[in-house]
Amino acid sequence: MAVKTVIEAIRDAMREEMRRDSRVIVLGEDVGRRGGVFLATEGFIDEFGEERVIDTPLAEASIVGLAIGAALNGLRPIAEIQFTDFIWPIVNQLVGEAARHHYGTNGQVSVPIVVRSPYGGMVRGGLYHSQSAEGFFYHCPGLKVVCPSTPYDAKGLLKSAIRDDDPVLFFEHKRTYRTVRGEVPDEDYTIPIGVADVKREGRDLSVFSYGLTLHYCLQAAEALAKEGIQVEVVDLRTVKPLDTETILASVKKTGKALIVHEDNLTGGVGAEVSALLADAGFTYLDAPIKRLCGPDVPAMPFAPTLEQAFMPTTDKIIDAMRHLARY
Amino acid sequence: MGDTPSTASIAPGKHRSLGLNPEDLLDMYYKMVLTRVLDQRVWALNRQGKVAIVGSCSGHEGAQVGAVWAMDRSRDIFFTFYRDLCALLTLGVTPKEMLLGYMAKAGEPMSGARMFPGHGVYPQYRIINLSNVVGAQMTKAVGSALAAKIRKEPTVVIVFFGDGATSEGEWHEALNFAGIHRLPILFFCENNRWAISVPQHKQMAVPDVALRAQGYGMPGVVVDGSDPLEVLKVTRESAERARNGGGPTLIEAKVERLMPHTSDDDDRRYRPREDLERAKARDPIERFRAYLKGEGILTESQDTAIWARAQKEVDEATEFADKAPFPDPSTLLDHLWATPPGRKGV
Repeated sequence: MAVKTVIEAIRDAMREEMRRDSRVIVLGEDVGRRGGVFLATEGFIDEFGEERVIDTPLAEASIVGLAIGAALNGLRPIAEIQFTDFIWPIVNQLVGEAARHHYGTNGQVSVPIVVRSPYGGMVRGGLYHSQSAEGFFYHCPGLKVVCPSTPYDAKGLLKSAIRDDDPVLFFEHKRTYRTVRGEVPDEDYTIPIGVADVKREGRDLSVFSYGLTLHYCLQAAEALAKEGIQVEVVDLRTVKPLDTETILASVKKTGKALIVHEDNLTGGVGAEVSALLADAGFTYLDAPIKRLCGPDVPAMPFAPTLEQAFMPTTDKIIDAMRHLARY
Repeated sequence: MGDTPSTASIAPGKHRSLGLNPEDLLDMYYKMVLTRVLDQRVWALNRQGKVAIVGSCSGHEGAQVGAVWAMDRSRDIFFTFYRDLCALLTLGVTPKEMLLGYMAKAGEPMSGARMFPGHGVYPQYRIINLSNVVGAQMTKAVGSALAAKIRKEPTVVIVFFGDGATSEGEWHEALNFAGIHRLPILFFCENNRWAISVPQHKQMAVPDVALRAQGYGMPGVVVDGSDPLEVLKVTRESAERARNGGGPTLIEAKVERLMPHTSDDDDRRYRPREDLERAKARDPIERFRAYLKGEGILTESQDTAIWARAQKEVDEATEFADKAPFPDPSTLLDHLWATPPGRKGV
């Protein structure tokens, strides 16, 4: 096994799938000679050529529309939306079109596309280069929404996404790209979409997270272990569809639940996990369900002090965990 | 421009220069007549409460039959839109199947009656007609043409849309990309001059949609959409060019809308009656009938028989669809996913 960064794992997943399956193409802004602004497709144009590595005009709606049409005619496109902050023009094509083809045609056609999009803050990106958007797309039936946090998961889930016959929105946290490293097997493997992963076992409370805050949760859990509090950390990995089985099994064991995400609090993934627990996990609970999320402001501001104030940081998570453990 | 559309006769002998025989012409004429009879039937069924919504094809039949006839129906891909009943029937969809759709009955082939009539897909005929968001088919059609080019298939894509769609941003994105990559696609505008109630002069500052082609590096052609043979000629030339690597064409067929936008619309609120009367003078069925009679291909008694045959086909289809059951409510959640997720989720 080799140690890789998240961006390396993502690049490897795409390169291996493009070698394995000639139907896989990538398209987006600057994905060609530039190799993507985060270098996710570095070297691809030399290996696979301009026909399979397509630099598009700066027109996001068409990037996804083209991908859908190519998928309807036998290809398996990976579309890159350069920053999640630029994702709004694609909503019509992704939500109104891609997510409805299989259902709307009574199962006659599917749209095997992946839309990759770097998201998230703590990168001094300001309101237009820091945003999380999974809460919006989480609401849309027919769309799978994946948010990996480690190189191993990112590679295995991206391979699954490319091989999946449904549209998959694949959110990659920018801050994890080069700061998170981990072992990645050399051989081919996949991780099923819709299955969470218990990243740390514990008996006192369950914490559900994904993306960058998953790592903060693991740091916080490590700190609390020194106080004798054993926190179970569950990486949701896929936010739609949610792995309800793993969520309920964890809370059945611990009786307490904290959901942590960087996306805005209201109507976010945490709200749905809370609703699930309040309904199907009610008898397991011996404390209120708690959420620690980005506040309800439009996106993470530019100034470093405001970034810190916005973010559910390790210190804030430690406080929330400790408070809940003592309930 | 659309204010002074042609009402002239179709030039004598035109079909011979296109290599069409009388059987072809009568077949085309039958599809147009069948469309009109079915259109009028579903409008009546709407007023009887049996059909929820109708978007009429009346006035567009000539453009659609001509365009479809020009394509290679064994391999080309057809992205249609809601006013394309004649295109669907010409491609092979039957009145029975259409009426199952209009009445939202089980067994409807394109969407299982999940969508508006004539919407969904018909893989056997390579028809894709998914959305009611005007213009949403444009970039998808270009994507299918891109795939055809990458896969080195001789397929040409034709995408149909109205004048209203040309105001959408995605319409321009689609033409731009197709022009850059010289993709095998035909953009077929059925310009009836009305986007529901908004006339052309409030939609665009140019007299012809086709003028916009220049901005995307492709030919733009205006064609009289009430002359099916002229449409066939222009579309065939464009398709041949596309198939030979010559890139896309924007074809603008000037057509007429002989009915309100849909069965839910009352066009007396906005459309001057004289505009409608002018439009009726360009009814493509009347013009094609006059041509066929002038060429000695259609007699009065044959014409009567053709209308009677269409009426019978639509009568039988109506009875069939009326008796068919609605979809089983238990199927509501079917086909959400093509690939079931790893574990049962919410």
